[in-house]
Amino acid sequence: MALIELTGIERTFQLGDATVHALAGLDLQIDNGEYVAVMGPSGSGKSTLLNLLGLLDRPNAGSYRLEGRDVTTLSPDEQARVRSERIGFVFQSFRLVPRLTAAENIALPMTLAGIPAKERNARVAEALAGFGLENRSDHRPDQLSGGQRQRVAIARATIMQPALILADEPTGNLDRHTGEEVVNLLEALNASGVTLVVVTHDQAMGARARRQLVMEDGRLKSDSARGACEAG
Amino acid sequence: MRLADTLRFARDAATGYPLRTALSVLAMAIGVAAVVILTALGDGARRYVVNQFSAIGTNLVSVLPGRSGTGGFNPANAITSTPRDLTIDDAVALRRAPAVSRVAPLAVGTSEISYGGRLREVMVAGSTHEFAAIRNFEIAQGQVLPDEDWNRGSAVAVIGAKIREELFGNNPAVGQVVRVGDRRLRIIGVLKPMGQGLGMNTDELVLVPVALAQAMFNSNTLFRILVEAKNREAIPEAKDQTMEILKQRHRGEEDVTVITQDAVLATFDKLLGTLTLGVAGIAAISLAVAGILVMNVMLVAVTQRTGEIGLLKALGATDRTIRLAFLAEAAMLSAVGALIGYLLGQLGAFGLRQAFPVFPAYPPDWAVIAGLGTALGTGLLFGVMPARRAARLDPVQALMKH
Repeated sequence: MALIELTGIERTFQLGDATVHALAGLDLQIDNGEYVAVMGPSGSGKSTLLNLLGLLDRPNAGSYRLEGRDVTTLSPDEQARVRSERIGFVFQSFRLVPRLTAAENIALPMTLAGIPAKERNARVAEALAGFGLENRSDHRPDQLSGGQRQRVAIARATIMQPALILADEPTGNLDRHTGEEVVNLLEALNASGVTLVVVTHDQAMGARARRQLVMEDGRLKSDSARGACEAG
Repeated sequence: MRLADTLRFARDAATGYPLRTALSVLAMAIGVAAVVILTALGDGARRYVVNQFSAIGTNLVSVLPGRSGTGGFNPANAITSTPRDLTIDDAVALRRAPAVSRVAPLAVGTSEISYGGRLREVMVAGSTHEFAAIRNFEIAQGQVLPDEDWNRGSAVAVIGAKIREELFGNNPAVGQVVRVGDRRLRIIGVLKPMGQGLGMNTDELVLVPVALAQAMFNSNTLFRILVEAKNREAIPEAKDQTMEILKQRHRGEEDVTVITQDAVLATFDKLLGTLTLGVAGIAAISLAVAGILVMNVMLVAVTQRTGEIGLLKALGATDRTIRLAFLAEAAMLSAVGALIGYLLGQLGAFGLRQAFPVFPAYPPDWAVIAGLGTALGTGLLFGVMPARRAARLDPVQALMKH
């Protein structure tokens, strides 16, 4: 069954007098459990696509069905709920809250969702163990290495057991070796059934995905699942 | 988000920027402390005056010669141009009034007292036996003025504590003969020291029989007649009867003014109460300023934490959650500020009371409640705008700021 179904998505921005088509007539289907890499030059619409998939942004036209449900027409609060329960974000710059400890950062989505402290603690302890961060739980982000920070961020993204993980250049701020570790981690999550969408510039990393989407000027230039798309 | 989590989140956010938080807490604390201390001063003044009046005697009605206030045209006024003086006989007549328990005539003037080569200027009050009781004067040594015919005037005097000390030092004063003006008077009593009171300083007073005082000052008028009502309820009655008797004696003219202690007290009470309210209002302005500062701080916080707000939204926070978190932070800043200000204010009032023990500088309850309430109110009110701004941020735009 299709997890994500985009039909005729348009997203335009007004830059002065000019109208920029960040996404133009985009049709895309991603199935449950897929591992998709989105590639393309800067300004090709990768980030806009990711924001749209993450319900952080709304399309000007077209429909987005997530798990069979049209989510573009949901109210902001309902969208927040979908983000909370179904979607996990991994950012290039980790985006941990600097004043919170690793454990508190991992627990943050549960805190925001109003899950009681007892359950939070149990799940955080499990996550810390799972990501090899047991003795880092009380460290603040500035006391952690880059790889540890991204592991905390991934633990945070998965703590609500989402169906979809959206990763924006997850290895962009890491050296080759730690980047490799993080990719392995994400791939392990994908292997356990979570749908993984990664935006990346890195050809090598993109090549590891089972499906590659290449974007250009707001359109899909190629989709490895369908062969090359026709422009227009 | 749960309430406890919201509060903890807000606390961590506030303590994450210690200087900014400390400054806004300080501003709020100063505002509340100002309200507490200033109203303590104002209300202290009010209590001080009320106490002073109570010390003079509570059921007191004073009669002054002359009519105060302007009435309409009165034929009687047109015929006699000057009001009649108050005399000792007027005072004697007032003793007949049923609602009156005691009456004391009062004639005052200044003179010189001398003893053993020492000389000083004094205020001389001429009155009678019951004067001390009416005015709540206490005797340290000897006795009060003799209970005699008011028109007689024995050559005796009761002196204030300071005069005794200056003229006699450690020697006994009672029984000694002093010269007051051109009279030789025997001292029969010494007043207990009372300090500065309203009207006259009793420590520097010489009390003599009223007839003697009039003879010394070569006049037969009185400065006041002090009338004591039987009890508090009888005060209006005593006032009416006094007026009626004097009117009859003065051929139907109301040429005296009768003031009740209560009326004077009420006037001062109201006056100083209003003053306290005014001072509280001025202090409340500083609270409003503190509220605006909290708003400023929160607006800066929203700008500084834009990236974090974007993250929270990405992690599933609703607009309401973000609004509440920022509102809680603003409320926390003002609540802590208000609490610290309250403690500082109470400390200041305590310091005032230590420095000036006669001055009862206690902040009134209404001021404390209003001060704390205004602090919390403005904090919340001015917290709403930044919180709404935070909640309305576009998540994509917010996430781009880091």
